[in-house]
Amino acid sequence: MSILVKTPGPLTTVQDEGRFFYQSSGIRPAGVMDVAAYEAANALVGNTQGEAVLEMTFLGATLEFQTAAWFAATGADMQAKLDGAPIARYQAIHAEAGQTLSFGMATTGCRGYLAVRGGVDVPVVMGSRATDMSAKLGGFEGRALKAGDVLPTLPADDWTPAALAYEPPVYESAVTVRVVPGPQEEYFIAAGLDTFFSASYEISPNSDRMGLRLEGPEIESHSGTDIVSDGIVFGSIQVPSGGKPILLMADHQTAGGYAKIGTVLSLDLPKLAQARPGDTVQFVRISAEDAQALYERK
Amino acid sequence: MANMRILPAGDRALVADFGNVISEDVNRKVNALKKALLAEKVAGVREMIPTYRSLLVEYNPAVISMQALRARIEAANIEGAAAETGTRRVLEIPCCYGGQYGEDLAGLAELTGLSEKEIIDIHAGTEYRVYMLGFLPGFVYLGGMDERIAAPRLKSPRVSIPAGSVGIGGSQTGVYPMASPGGWRLIGMTPVSFYDPKREKPVLCEAGDYIRFVPISPEEYERQKKEGGAI
Repeated sequence: MSILVKTPGPLTTVQDEGRFFYQSSGIRPAGVMDVAAYEAANALVGNTQGEAVLEMTFLGATLEFQTAAWFAATGADMQAKLDGAPIARYQAIHAEAGQTLSFGMATTGCRGYLAVRGGVDVPVVMGSRATDMSAKLGGFEGRALKAGDVLPTLPADDWTPAALAYEPPVYESAVTVRVVPGPQEEYFIAAGLDTFFSASYEISPNSDRMGLRLEGPEIESHSGTDIVSDGIVFGSIQVPSGGKPILLMADHQTAGGYAKIGTVLSLDLPKLAQARPGDTVQFVRISAEDAQALYERK
Repeated sequence: MANMRILPAGDRALVADFGNVISEDVNRKVNALKKALLAEKVAGVREMIPTYRSLLVEYNPAVISMQALRARIEAANIEGAAAETGTRRVLEIPCCYGGQYGEDLAGLAELTGLSEKEIIDIHAGTEYRVYMLGFLPGFVYLGGMDERIAAPRLKSPRVSIPAGSVGIGGSQTGVYPMASPGGWRLIGMTPVSFYDPKREKPVLCEAGDYIRFVPISPEEYERQKKEGGAI
């Protein structure tokens, strides 16, 4: 049960939901950037245990199935082809041993996901298979995939795909995300908060899995934004002294010393995960109570 | 409890914040709260990040509501636990100071006007509290260093500092748990691994521990290093 990496693309890693309960030791969670696409990919192939998938960035990988497998491609549209024939996104597809699955440039979004039934089998390190590239931990040898890597996959029983209907998303180049103010919004003057919640920010090319740097109007603070280090979550928006916000993403550090003006609603993080440099972001305020109510209605 | 504010960090985390300070008293409360919540095994909590001044609690809002978690945090008894009486864990960390093991010790002596031996005596004569971990796996933020041996960071950081390097940066001292770029002045090396992903417990210390450095000879360093750096 394995897949051969023929060409990896610029950044393809093994990821799952991330590594939790070790952040108190300074170990980052890592994990997928786009949780919605990740969950869809696993669901489409009947994976229910938080199986590991491949996350590809901008340009996808070319892979050879060394054994037959069910798979599904989700997230960014990377023009997937099986032995040269175009295949659908958000659909379970069966590959025979020896078939080649190739992904090209993303035409919408920037992160593509590939789930195989059974999941990618790399060692579980501290409860997770996610690749933490900064600590060279987890995933496939703690690094991005290279040509020639052979990825084992876990065995799966006989299975018939369920008829799951997903509408393949088209990602917008101007996104709006909801933000719960705090925990340090009091560091910013009223006009600074107004700027943050009314301006449109552009995603800088200097962005990665750790964070999206934003270009746009500076957010004014009362007297600087240095704080005694405080915990960080996926979605924290910190504002360094220059006043340009940074959105902290899946590979975020565990704690940081800049005031955080707000936190992106977790349900809206997939939009940011698929946003490209040059895309714009607008922030809309939501109270913590209203955010909680979204879960109670479910 | 007094002085604690519970603040939202989005829709799936709360921060129990004790204020924008570095103090042993505050840090004890942070640890006590973490221990109290761990002991209660609160359903839906998937992560806790203690820092100098706050405990971030990440939760699944579909399992426990923000309001219910807030009530659990408010109800946690941390006053008694914060005393930490009789539970102080002190780790003795062997350290080979100076020479090729601590390239910046000689320069630090020049900067501070102290002899190398005086710096070693001061550095090894203090028990340092582990306030928090962060930045790298197993990187400890230690408090309590004597200001006499404080020194600004190097003007140009080194590209790679080997794991086990003991350094001073500003008023802080610490140990590089893995090879990393860094600007701290290196005064010694420990054979002890602060982080080893292959170990059952990958990270040596936790917040609330204390560390004391014990000077060792180069021969002793090499001997312990060969034995794998366990303590």
